[in-house]
Amino acid sequence: MASLDVEALTVRFGERSVLDAVDLSVAERETVCVLGPSGGGKSTLLRAVAGLQAVDAGRVRVAGRDQAGVPAHRRDLGLMFQDHQLFPQRDVAGNVAFGLRMRGASRARAAARVAELLELVGLPGAGRRAVASLSGGEQQRVALARALAPEPRLLMLDEPLGQLDRGLRERLVVELRELFERLGTTVLAVTHDQGEAFALAHRVAVMRDGRIAQSGTPSEVWQRPASAFVARFLGFDNLVPGTVRAGTPAVVRTAWGELPVPDGTPAGPCTLLVRPTGVRLDGGDGLRARVVSRTFRGDHVAVLLDVEGAPRLEAACTLRRAPDVGDAVRVAFDAEELVRLPPHA
Amino acid sequence: MVRTDALTGGGTGTARAARAGGGRRGLTVRLGLMAVPMAFFGLFFGYPVVAIVARGLREDGRWDLTRAVEVLTDPLMLDVLGFTLGQAAASTALTLALALPGAYVFARLDFPGKRLLRAVVTVPFVLPTVVVGSAFLALLGRGGVLENAWGVRLDTSLWAILLAHVFFNYAVVVRTVGGLWAQLDPRQEEAARTLGASRPAAWLRVTLPALAPAVLAAALMVFLFTFTSFGVVQILGGSRYATLEVEIYRQTAQFLDLPTAAVLSCLQFAAVGVLLGVHAWTVRRRESALRLVDAARTARRPRGAGQWALLWSQLAVIAVLLLLPLAVLVERSLATPEGYGLLFYRELTAEPGTGSTFVVPAVEAVGNSLAYAAVATVIAVTVGGLAAAALTRRAGRLVRGFDALLMLPLGTSAVTVGFGFLIALDEPPLDLRSAWLLVPIAQALVGVPFVIRTMLPVLRAVDERLREAAAVLGASPLRAWREVDLPLVRRALAVAAGFAFAVSLGEFGATVFIARAGTPTLPVAVARLLGRAGELNYGQAMALSTILMLVCAAGLLALERARTHSSGEF
Repeated sequence: MASLDVEALTVRFGERSVLDAVDLSVAERETVCVLGPSGGGKSTLLRAVAGLQAVDAGRVRVAGRDQAGVPAHRRDLGLMFQDHQLFPQRDVAGNVAFGLRMRGASRARAAARVAELLELVGLPGAGRRAVASLSGGEQQRVALARALAPEPRLLMLDEPLGQLDRGLRERLVVELRELFERLGTTVLAVTHDQGEAFALAHRVAVMRDGRIAQSGTPSEVWQRPASAFVARFLGFDNLVPGTVRAGTPAVVRTAWGELPVPDGTPAGPCTLLVRPTGVRLDGGDGLRARVVSRTFRGDHVAVLLDVEGAPRLEAACTLRRAPDVGDAVRVAFDAEELVRLPPHA
Repeated sequence: MVRTDALTGGGTGTARAARAGGGRRGLTVRLGLMAVPMAFFGLFFGYPVVAIVARGLREDGRWDLTRAVEVLTDPLMLDVLGFTLGQAAASTALTLALALPGAYVFARLDFPGKRLLRAVVTVPFVLPTVVVGSAFLALLGRGGVLENAWGVRLDTSLWAILLAHVFFNYAVVVRTVGGLWAQLDPRQEEAARTLGASRPAAWLRVTLPALAPAVLAAALMVFLFTFTSFGVVQILGGSRYATLEVEIYRQTAQFLDLPTAAVLSCLQFAAVGVLLGVHAWTVRRRESALRLVDAARTARRPRGAGQWALLWSQLAVIAVLLLLPLAVLVERSLATPEGYGLLFYRELTAEPGTGSTFVVPAVEAVGNSLAYAAVATVIAVTVGGLAAAALTRRAGRLVRGFDALLMLPLGTSAVTVGFGFLIALDEPPLDLRSAWLLVPIAQALVGVPFVIRTMLPVLRAVDERLREAAAVLGASPLRAWREVDLPLVRRALAVAAGFAFAVSLGEFGATVFIARAGTPTLPVAVARLLGRAGELNYGQAMALSTILMLVCAAGLLALERARTHSSGEF
């Protein structure tokens, strides 16, 4: 296992920069997940690291060693493709053994390793099966076994669970995390699914238009999105321009009125994020609002509120407390759930 | 000829763009792969063409168009040109009229024996022209079935030529148009109908526009094939009708007027260039995104009187136009003056007497043909395979131009190829006249486009990311090709080789120029026998044709079993 360092990596398709001076590093045994909307350059990042994509500028280092000029087949990295790309003319064992054969492993050694890996991914004895006969989840496991078999220095996963249904996805993500923990694998994954990223990774990097918009631990990113883009990508819609006035208590002036923010919030213009969990609907003489819709979300109800002369506001309530559509409510805010983001450029 | 590219896309837009980018290394590999085909075509196609142009348009070392103008304003030559165009147009119209319903039947109706029938209608396409000529002669000509029954003779008439052309090209239309038709999603029409279109309106507004480019492409192919028709017109046209091809041959072989032949070749060349250009354009237009589905799911059992009538009428067309001539050919080969027997076949093996057509037993032509065709197949598969591998890595204008260049011999008449060999490779600096290899090379030249058209869709259908997956797992580019591409294309390779073999076996136009008297090929031997009077010669021609037909048909039917629905455009 080795560390990965990506420095100022730039890839252009014609005029468009798909990767724009991307800096990213993955420490040994760490799992980093790049999170971003589709078309944001995530796959290209993996392809560039793998040596499948020519780079216009910047550097890729594996274990400190510059990979420029090293062709893909000599980089000794593993890449799990988005749609697996299992070799259709080979059976499961033939697929898993492929990388071992390329490295000149003996037949016996390869067979032993294949059995070991199929056991590891939960498909013992499936070696003779045709890949076409596998379900999506099984293909996924075979692809993982194939990528892991040659013990790559770094494992890259492109939308590892993207094509699977929800239940399977949630189970597999836990399995993967435990597996990587146990094997001490260095992992770079990309996904558009925040749940997947947060569940899988030690660190998350949010990518937008070929740039890293924010990186940090899952809870850091979730707690303190670095920009309105990141906040929106994470699913937050309560964003308004505002101005923070320092003091005790500190307040922020917005279209929703003067709202409390945590003490010590820097003063000045900003974009304000209000988490729906910080919007309470029992605020005695607070902001007047009317319920426009309520959407059942399983563990809570999302209530959309119409505020006169201001953007709509989303609140999260328990099912028992959720008001009905058309109800008039008074809104109060939790200072701890309000986050100051940099103002819009 | 439906491009399968549209089906095999995938990945995100950026990943596809990334593949299109390629690197300098990719370009080097591509140029390396192209080197052999380039050299082959330069030497055996480009150089002879240049020689033809020089022979026709230069005199005493200077450009001189007087002869060209003379030839091109000669009323006789204008007649030839007019006939060539007219018969091609008429053949195309007739073929479309008979085969478009066939395309529908094969695409949308499901009936027992459909697979076999589809293979059967493809047989004529690979049959040697002389076999078809003989078959129609036996059906329509002197002493033919039609004359015996009703006293009607249609040989040396336009009808014989047109019907023979339909015989050949029925499969082109059925395969090109029907292939696409079968893959058009019927739900598109259903969607139109839910939006208020009547059944005919839905067909007119949704299906027809999707089919139109394929119909146009098929029509162009048929026009091209019939425009350059040689063997059929040579045998059925008598002395009255001549296409440009036949005229080039006559000027060369009968009047020894090489400059005139050269001018005509240039004219032919220009016409074919235009046709191929238009064809390439329609193909590119056809790549527009269509919703294609698995062909196996769109066919239904016939319903209603209309569909049953259509099915039966097509079966009748196939029986009368495609099967009857071949049956008559076999019958004639067995009908000796003393009743049915194998006299003509025995005669093929007899030592030739004085004044005979051959210096060797005619049956030796079988051995010659098989040997030539085997060598030609090796050459065609090597050259065509390398070219297809180079063309797989999709790229810019350079590769597209290369693609078009390789298709030229397909349209450029075989006669032009043979004639070019005759005047270019027969004298210093490159004197290959006595080289045995000349015949297989000419045949390979005609076969290469078939190899490319068969291999290319399959190679292109191999997902680039499979190769990338192999690379990431440690396979070098060469190893990745061996491990990923080769197993997937092995079958297509067999099909391509089969096509090349069949094409070489039946090749007539080029071979007739360069085959030596002592080693005729089967088609050349048939043509020679037909050129002689006497029942014995005629019967032997029928017998040889029958042998040739059986070899080709057996080969094709074997291939038809091997090919998958996506392998190949012919």
